[in-house]
Amino acid sequence: MTTVNRRTVLKSLGAGLAAASAGENAAAETVRQFRIWDEHCHLGSVPGDTPEERMTALVRWADRLGIERLLLSQGYCSELHPTPELFREENDRVMRAVRRVPDRAYGSVYLSPAYPEFSVQEFNRCVRDGPMVSIGEVEADKPCSAPEMEPIVECAASMHVPILQHTWLKIGGNEPGESTPYDVVAVAKRHPEVQFVCVHTGGDWERGIRIIRDTKNVSCDIAGSNPTAGFVEMAVRELGAERVIYGSDVGGRSFASQAGKVLGAEIPDSAKELILGGNLRRLLAPVLRAKGYQG
Amino acid sequence: MIDVNVSLSRWPLRRLVGDEPQELVSQLRKRSVTQAWAGTFDGVLHKDLGSANERLASDCRRHGDGMLVPFGSVNPRLPDWQEDVRRCQELYHMPGIRLHPNYHDYGLDDPVFGELLHAATARRMIVQIAVSMEDERTQHRLMRVPDVDIARLAERIQNEPEARVVVLNFNPLHELEMARKLTATGRVYFDTSMVESVGGVARLARETSVRQVVFGSHYPLFYFESALLKVREGGFTEADARAVLEENARRLLGAWRT
Repeated sequence: MTTVNRRTVLKSLGAGLAAASAGENAAAETVRQFRIWDEHCHLGSVPGDTPEERMTALVRWADRLGIERLLLSQGYCSELHPTPELFREENDRVMRAVRRVPDRAYGSVYLSPAYPEFSVQEFNRCVRDGPMVSIGEVEADKPCSAPEMEPIVECAASMHVPILQHTWLKIGGNEPGESTPYDVVAVAKRHPEVQFVCVHTGGDWERGIRIIRDTKNVSCDIAGSNPTAGFVEMAVRELGAERVIYGSDVGGRSFASQAGKVLGAEIPDSAKELILGGNLRRLLAPVLRAKGYQG
Repeated sequence: MIDVNVSLSRWPLRRLVGDEPQELVSQLRKRSVTQAWAGTFDGVLHKDLGSANERLASDCRRHGDGMLVPFGSVNPRLPDWQEDVRRCQELYHMPGIRLHPNYHDYGLDDPVFGELLHAATARRMIVQIAVSMEDERTQHRLMRVPDVDIARLAERIQNEPEARVVVLNFNPLHELEMARKLTATGRVYFDTSMVESVGGVARLARETSVRQVVFGSHYPLFYFESALLKVREGGFTEADARAVLEENARRLLGAWRT
C-alpha cells in the first residue's frame, strides 16, 4: 500500500527543483495550502502496460503537485462505441488500479444509457456490492437526456452517489449521441434529488455555465479544456464556488494545466479550497460514509 | 524566468486580468518573470500593423523597465509587408516577429511564407509562429480559424540554415515524429503553453531536445499558473528545469544579439 502524508508531499514539492526560480517555488507554496482531490482521471495516455503500472505513474505525477486523491474512471482504451463486455473490462481495470493505491484513489463506474439493463447490473457489481463510489464519466453513444438514462439515475439516487456526465458544445457539431449541458439540465430537472456534474462544462464554458446556472443540482467540472483565463472566475460568479469542481482529465490533459485554472484564478482562497476538493468530498460524503471509507 | 509567449493589448472576445500593460507587468513580476517576449493581440486581426507594432514597442519601452521584449506582427498578405519587417528591426529594435498564418490566411507551404522567413532570417530575427490562439472547438461562431499546419515547416527550414523559429501554442506530442524532425534541424524550438497530457512537458523534452523547449504561458489569455505547474509536474532535474524556464530562451536571444 502506498502511503502519502503531507510531509511526503511537502518534501517532494521542495525537492528536485530547489534551484528553480522563485516563481516556481511560490507556485508550490500556493499548492500546499489546499487539500486537492481530482474528480476526473483516466488511465488512457498514461505510460505503463497494466492498470497498476499506470496508476503508479499517475500517483507519482500527482505527488509532485500535492494532489491527495484521484477519482478514476474509464478510458484505458479509446473505443468510442463500447460493448457491455468492454464496459466490464474498463471497470475491472479501474478497480485493479484503485486496489494498488486504495488510500489515494476511488473508482467511478462506467455505464451507458445505450445499455440500461446491463448498466444496472454493472452498477450493482461495482458500486452497490463493490468498491466504487460514483457513476461516470458517462459518455458513450446516447445523450443523458434519453429515457434510457432513467435506470442509471435511479441507481445513483439509491446510493446517493453523483453522476459525472461528459458534455461538449463543439462549434463544428458534437459526435452522434454526445451529450451537451442542455442534456444534463434536462435529466437533472427530472431528478432534483440526484447530484450531477456537468463534465467539461460543455468545453465552451461561457455558454455551458449559463446553461446549467439555474439547475442547482448540477455542478460544473473544469476539466479537459485549455486553461483559458476567466473560466473559474465566471463559474464562481454565476454558480457560486460550491458548484465548481476541479478535475484534470489526465492522462490526456495534465494535472497541472487544470489545477492552474483554480490556483491562478482571482477568487478567494476559501473558494479555491472548495473547488480543489471540498465540494467533491461533500458530494461523495454519503457513499464514503456508507462504505466506511475515510474522506 | 523567461516567458517567450505573452501578449499585450486586448483579446477581441474577452477582457482578461493583465490586458493592460502596467497590470501585465505587475502580474508577471509577482510570478518572478524577469523577461517576457511580448506580441500583441492587435496583430491577429488589425490591418494597420504599423500602428499595432508602434504601440507594442512603446508599451514595452514604457512598462516593466526592460522586462518586456517586443515581437512585432507581420502579415505577408498585406501590401509592402517588408516595410513592417524593416521597422520592427531598425526602428523598434525588436529581436523577432510573431506570425499568425491562420488568421492571416496563408499556409507554411505558401511561397510568401518562404519570402518572409528568408527576410526575417536575413535580419537575424527570431520568427515565432503561433499555431493557434484558442481551441478550434470552442471558437466564436463568426471567428472560426483552423490551426496552422506546420508539417511543411521542416522543408522551409532546410532552405534557411540560419533560421531560428519558435513554434507557439501547439502540442507537439500529437505529432511527435514531425516534432523530432523539426528539432533535429537545430533551428526550431517549441513553447510549452499548449503542451498537454500528464507529464507532457518533460516528455516533450525527452522525446525531442531539452535544449529546444522553452517556457511559454500564453498569458494573459491562459492562466499563468497552468504553464508553471506543468514544468513542476514534469519532475525535471534542476539543470533541465533551468534550461526550459530560462536558459534556452536566453541562449536563443543571445544568438540574435551577437
